[in-house]
Amino acid sequence: MDLRLESVGHHYGDMEVLSDINLDIPTGKIVCIVGPSGCGKSTLLRLVGGLELPTTGRILQIGTPPADSINPLTYVFQDFALLPWRSAEGNISLVLEDHKLPSSRVTEIIADVLARTKLTEFAKAYPKQLSGGMKQRVAIARALAVNPAILLMDEPLSALDSQTRELLMDDLVSLWTREPFTSVYVTHNLNEAVRLGHSIVVLSRRPGRIREIVDVAIPLGDRELGDPELERQQKHLWNLMRDEALAADKELLHV
Amino acid sequence: MSEIDTTSASKTVEFRGGGFAPQSRKWVGVAVFIVLIGFVELGTRVGFITNLTLPIPSDVFATFVDLWQSGLLWKHLVPSIMRLIVGATIGVSLGIGVGILIGLFSLIRAGLIPLVAAIFPIPKIALLPLFVIWFGIDETSKYALIAFGTFTPTVVATYGAVDNVDRSLIRMGQSFSLSWLSIVRKIVLPGAMPGILSGLRISLAIAIILLVAAEMLGAEYGIGAYILEAGSLYDLERLFVGVAILSILGVLVSLVIGMIEKQLLSWRV
Repeated sequence: MDLRLESVGHHYGDMEVLSDINLDIPTGKIVCIVGPSGCGKSTLLRLVGGLELPTTGRILQIGTPPADSINPLTYVFQDFALLPWRSAEGNISLVLEDHKLPSSRVTEIIADVLARTKLTEFAKAYPKQLSGGMKQRVAIARALAVNPAILLMDEPLSALDSQTRELLMDDLVSLWTREPFTSVYVTHNLNEAVRLGHSIVVLSRRPGRIREIVDVAIPLGDRELGDPELERQQKHLWNLMRDEALAADKELLHV
Repeated sequence: MSEIDTTSASKTVEFRGGGFAPQSRKWVGVAVFIVLIGFVELGTRVGFITNLTLPIPSDVFATFVDLWQSGLLWKHLVPSIMRLIVGATIGVSLGIGVGILIGLFSLIRAGLIPLVAAIFPIPKIALLPLFVIWFGIDETSKYALIAFGTFTPTVVATYGAVDNVDRSLIRMGQSFSLSWLSIVRKIVLPGAMPGILSGLRISLAIAIILLVAAEMLGAEYGIGAYILEAGSLYDLERLFVGVAILSILGVLVSLVIGMIEKQLLSWRV
């Protein structure tokens, strides 16, 4: 299943946050969206997954999601959004309970996604017992459990320290190499973007418009920390964003 | 490290990070009671507190033992506890129900919050005659009074608790296409539980207060009736026995809620 955004724009009251976004998200690719803070990248992601309605334009699903996909458009949130009163496996079963799956199938899915995210021994742990990185792993496991056609990731690594971030980036890469998934990945971290993105969409400051789409040709699995080509791409992205970020920083917030 | 000049005067950095973190001090509460009662005992015996102002605590205790041995204690306590349980159960469950509806539906919120705000400050005791006419002089009017009194604080605590449920968790539920009922049952309700339980502490204390009022409605037996009778006879020992029983009841209720909290809210950080 592909996604297509057709001249999508969005307003909050009088404030225009996104303007004329045209974008294709092809199957099996990770599309990163970067931009200065307040450029509407998180809003864009909420529009894509149907959590908000765009003021103008439309978002199209092209083709049908695979039959075994329980929740085709699935989010991974920056703040993890785990229920603190449920254990890791309880949080995963939450999203399966509404779908009348046989309980053996549910146990099977939970065991599988916990194994894929290296969490098997933490199945019974509660969120308060887990570190930030572990919590995000649980959230990723929960997202994988519904077999999404497209993963919508909203700054999934931004609440983590940089070491944990490196580790989880490796995990995401190995998850993708084993079984390529489609993803829209919003981040403000350019290093994450060049490590994980097949293409990187650079948004301007508010109202967010697409400034440039950068393709990174190196296969995900071959992108090493400190690769000179990636460094060059990252620098290019930074040059694109630098002035925008500077101007965005000086803007007054109208909340 | 060699850059530091060790010859100049040195002192340990002062600690200034203490306090502002409540710690468990189990026996202090008990000690406060003992000291206070001991003081009154001493005062009434020595004479700097006259017998007209306060009874001698040991006499109160003796009266309590009498009450126990005569079997009258249970005769008074059982109907009172019955009234508390029935009245508070009705009031609290209606309150939680209405509170959740207010929390979930804007229309109900807009319609009922002013009404609840209007009912809340009414002293329910002032409505006693009305309750007798509505529900008769028997148990029903007593249940109704206690139910009415516990209802409003429960509603206010519940909708506040529902309002405070983490919106990002609800958005998560929606993003996984959970049904409306699932979101309410599995996210909103458990998320509101801490607020509902702390509201329950207040509601149940109010229920005990209203018990005495309810038993003004012609009750033969009951702690409230016992206190009222002692009061009208100016029998301070018996008055204080009754008051002490209500206090103990309050402490027990609070302990039970504490235990429920420990059970249900063990997930809290």
